[in-house]
Amino acid sequence: MPKDTGIGASPKRREDVRFLTGDGNYTDDINVHGQAYVHFLRSDVAHGRITSIDTAEAGAMPGVVRVFTGKDFEGVGSIPCGWQVTGRDGKPMQEPAHPVLAQGKVRHVGDPIAAVVADTPAQARDAAEAIMVDIEDLPAVVDMKAAVADGATKVHDDLENNLCYDWGFVEDNRDAVDKAIKDAAHVTTLELVNNRLVANPMEPRVAVGVWEKGTDNYTLYTTSQNPHVIRLLMGAFVLGIPEHKLRVVAPDVGGGFGTKIFHYAEEAFCTFAAKACRRPVKWTASRSEAFMSDAHGRDHVTKIELALDADHNFTAVRTETYANMGAYLSTFAPSVPTWLHGTLMAGNYRTPLIYVNVKAVFTNTVPVDAYRGAGRPEATFQLERVIDKAARELGVDPIELRRKNFITEFPYATPVAVEYDTGDYPATMDKLSEIADLSGFDARRKESEAKGKWRGLGVNCYIEACGIAPSNLVGQLGARAGLYESATVRVNATGGITVMTGSHSHGQGHETSFPQVIAEMIGIDESMVEIVHGDTANTPMGMGTYGSRSIAVGGSAMVRAAEKVVNKAKKIAAHLLEASDSDIELKEGKFSVAGTDKSVAWGDVTLAAYVPHNYPLEDIEPGLEETAFYDPANFTYPSGAYACEVEVDPETGQVTIERFAAADDFGNVINPMIVSGQVHGGIAQGVGQALLENCSYDSEGQLLSASYMDYAMPRAADLPMFTVDHSCQTPCTHNPLGVKGCGEAGAIGSPPSVVNAVIDALHSGGCKIDHIDMPLTPSRVWAAMTGAAAAGHGTAEGRSVGGEV
Amino acid sequence: MELKDSREVAAERPVVWAAILDPEVLKACIPGCTELEGSVEEGYAATVVQKVGPVKATFKGTVTISDMVEPTSLTITGEGKGGAAGFAKGGADVTLTETDGGTRLDYDVEAKVGGKLAQLGSRVIDGFAKKMADQFFTRFQEAVEGPADPDEAPEAEETGGKKGWFKRLVKN
Repeated sequence: MPKDTGIGASPKRREDVRFLTGDGNYTDDINVHGQAYVHFLRSDVAHGRITSIDTAEAGAMPGVVRVFTGKDFEGVGSIPCGWQVTGRDGKPMQEPAHPVLAQGKVRHVGDPIAAVVADTPAQARDAAEAIMVDIEDLPAVVDMKAAVADGATKVHDDLENNLCYDWGFVEDNRDAVDKAIKDAAHVTTLELVNNRLVANPMEPRVAVGVWEKGTDNYTLYTTSQNPHVIRLLMGAFVLGIPEHKLRVVAPDVGGGFGTKIFHYAEEAFCTFAAKACRRPVKWTASRSEAFMSDAHGRDHVTKIELALDADHNFTAVRTETYANMGAYLSTFAPSVPTWLHGTLMAGNYRTPLIYVNVKAVFTNTVPVDAYRGAGRPEATFQLERVIDKAARELGVDPIELRRKNFITEFPYATPVAVEYDTGDYPATMDKLSEIADLSGFDARRKESEAKGKWRGLGVNCYIEACGIAPSNLVGQLGARAGLYESATVRVNATGGITVMTGSHSHGQGHETSFPQVIAEMIGIDESMVEIVHGDTANTPMGMGTYGSRSIAVGGSAMVRAAEKVVNKAKKIAAHLLEASDSDIELKEGKFSVAGTDKSVAWGDVTLAAYVPHNYPLEDIEPGLEETAFYDPANFTYPSGAYACEVEVDPETGQVTIERFAAADDFGNVINPMIVSGQVHGGIAQGVGQALLENCSYDSEGQLLSASYMDYAMPRAADLPMFTVDHSCQTPCTHNPLGVKGCGEAGAIGSPPSVVNAVIDALHSGGCKIDHIDMPLTPSRVWAAMTGAAAAGHGTAEGRSVGGEV
Repeated sequence: MELKDSREVAAERPVVWAAILDPEVLKACIPGCTELEGSVEEGYAATVVQKVGPVKATFKGTVTISDMVEPTSLTITGEGKGGAAGFAKGGADVTLTETDGGTRLDYDVEAKVGGKLAQLGSRVIDGFAKKMADQFFTRFQEAVEGPADPDEAPEAEETGGKKGWFKRLVKN
C-alpha cells in the first residue's frame, strides 16, 4: 500500500504550482529601484592580443553610465579555481589567471572585453557596438593533441605550455597494469570521443549587483546552485569583500545541471560595478551569450583498453584521456576528469588492476566544467562501450559478460581508491530484464525487420559516486573547500517548522521532499514544514546542490538538526508530563510517557518552548531551534542497469529510440515520483548527448553551434515513454536516511545504452561497425554504414571540428 | 571555406586588368558595397551591407589589392567588422590568362567569418561565400563586356557593338 505522507509517499511538488502559473521568483524577476543594465562586449575571435580599446564614443552615447574595460579591474582578483590537481611529476597543475574583463589578450569567442552600464539594456547594447577594439589575431588552439605538441601557440603566455596537468591514477599500479595487458588472453581497445555539450538550462544566467551607500553592504542576486560558495569565492578571492558585508541570494533557479555551480565573471562584475556606478547593475544573459559564456561539459578524447583472461574475467583496464579545460580553469574543472572520473573506472566490476591517465589541456574555447554527472558519464561511457565491444569480439552475450564480472561482496574496495558500501548489481540487472522485457526482444526485432528497419538492443550498467563528499578526503585530493552540508531547523511557537538548508533547488523539488522527512520524524503534516534556501542571509553556510548530494548530505544535516530539536522537545515534554525524558516517545505528533496514556501534543511543547511559563529554565534554554553540519563519511554509490532499444532506418541512418528502461538502486527513496522525474530528465539529457547534441568549433576557434538552429536539444518526440524502476534498494550504510542520490544517474547510464543499441542494430543489418562517436546523427550513422567516416574519426584531430561526420 | 572557379571575359587582358584596378568597378562589383574610398596603392575603406543567413549587418573595413603582377595576377582581400554581428574576411587570388575569346579569370577564394556570423550562419556560410564570389565576378564580367541579356544587344550594337560600361569608358 503506497503511503500518502512522509518518507516513501509521492505528494505532488508544491513548488510546481508557482512555477507553472507564472508566479516563480527567478533572478530576472528581481528589479531593484534605480538599477542600470550592463551589456558585455565579447570577443568574436578565439585568440588575439588587444592592441587598443577606444571607449570615448561609447561613453558619450545616450544613457551610458560608464564603460568598463580590463583596466578598471587591474586591482581586482582573478576568478578562482576551487580544486588543485597534482600531476604525475608531483607538481601542481598550471593555473592561469582568469580576469573579470580581458587583460591584454582574449582567449575564446565570448571572452568579455569591455562592459557598458547604461540606463536601459538597449542603450547598453548600442553603446557596446560603438566601442572600438583592435585585436591582433593569434593562431587559435582548438585541437587538444595539437595544443600539447611542441611549439604549439600558448593560450596563456605566462604558462610553460598548454598542458594543465598530466595525471596518473593509480600511479603505483601502472607497471602491473601494463604487464597484465601484455599478458592478457584478450585485449579490447576502443578510441572514442565524449562530445562537448552545452548545458542549456531553461533559465539563462542573470546577476543583479546592489551596493548600499549607507552601510557599505553588498547584495548579489544570481542564478546559482550554491550561493554560499559564490559569496566565499567572489568575496574573498575576487573583490575582497568580507562575507559579513556580502549577501548572495539565489532565488528560484530554472535549471542548472552543474553549469550554475561556478563563479562567473559577470557576477563579480555586477557586484563591483554597483559600487563603482553607485547604482544597482543588472545583467541578463541572452541565449547566444549563454552558449559562449556558460561553462561547457564533457569534451574528452579517450583510448581505453580492457584486458580479459581466457575465462573472460576482466584483468586490467588502462585508459588515456585528453580532457579539454577550455581557455581558463572554471571553478571545479580540474576535478572532473580526475577524481570524479578516474575513481569510477572500476564500474560495477571486479577488475583488479586499473590505470587512468588524464592530460588536461588549455584551448581557445569556452571553459569546460561539471555537467550533469561530471566525469562519471565519461567513465561509464568508455567502460560500458569497451565491454560491449569485448563481448562482440569474444562472441559472448554482453549481459552475461557483465554478470560474470560483477562485484558481489560489499563493502568493496576498488583499485581506484573508493570503497563501495552497498549494492546489488545482479538484482538491478534482473529487474531490468523484467521491466525491459528483454526476452521479447527477438520478436520485436523481427517486427522491425518486417518494416524494413534494423533493431538493436543496448544494455549497460553504471555506478556513480555521489553524495559529494567527505571533506577530509577531498581535501587530500586537492579540493579547496569542505563538502559538508548544513541545516537549521527552526520550530515556531505554534508548532510549524522552518528548515533553512544550505542545499539549494534548481528543479529538484526540495520544498516537497525535505518536508516529507521532517513530517515522518515528528508525525506532523508536511504542510507544517517550510523550506528556506538560496539566501546567505538566512541559511547556515552550506555548499549547495550538485553531485546528487542534496538529500544524502543536505538531508542528513536536516535530520541531525531535527534530532537535536526532538531531543530538546522531549526534555520539555518530560517536564510538562512530570516524567523522565528517557521515557518520552514521539509518535504521530504527540509526546507520550512510555507505557502510560499520558501525552502532550507537539504544539503544546513548542508553545512552551517560546512561552516558558511552566518550563525547566534552570536546565534548558527557551526556544526550539537547532543547527547541524553534516560531513559524510563516504561517497554514496547509486548503481543500476539500463536498456535501450532502437530502430535504425537503413535507407537514411536515422535512429529512433523505441524503448528505454532503467532499473536503479538509489537506496531508500523519499519521494518516488520525484525520483522518477529525475531519472526521466537525466535519460532525456543522456539521449540528447547520444543522438543530438554537439558543441562544435571550427579550426579557427569559432563556435559554430551557438543557437538552437545548430545545437539540437532533445524534444519530447525524440523520446519514447520510459520504464523506470527503483525498487531495488540497498540502503546507504553511512547516512541517517540510507539514501544515495538520484539526480545524475539518468544522464550517466543512458548514453552507452543508446550507442550500444545502435551498434547492435547495425550489426544485425550486416554493418560490422565497432563504434560511432556521439551524437549518432543520421549523417554520422549513414557515413559509418557506407564506410565514409571522416578521416581521423574518433580522435582528437577528428573531433576538433565537431560539425563533421 | 575555400572555393575555386573561373570565368571567361570577352575582353583583352589589359582591359580586364585595368578594370580590376578601377575603384568604380570594384565598388560596383562588391555585392552590397555602399561606399568605397581610396586607391589601389593606399587600399580602400569600404562599407558593405550584407545579410548572412539570419544576420544582417553593415560591415566597415578595408579592401586591399596586393601581389600585383601586371597583367597576370593579383590578390584582392577584404576585411570588415559588423559590430555585434561579428566579422567577415575574405580574399581572392585572381589569375588572368589570354584565351581565344578574350581573358580567362581563375579565382581562388577564401572566406572566414567570426562571432555571431559564425554562430548563427555557419551552415549557410559556404553558400553565401559562393554567392558573393559569383555575384562579384558576374558584375565584373558585365562591367567589362556588357550585360549577358540578349534583349539589350541591339541597343548595344547601335552604339557601336556590345560593350560593358567600363569597356565603353576605356574605348572612348
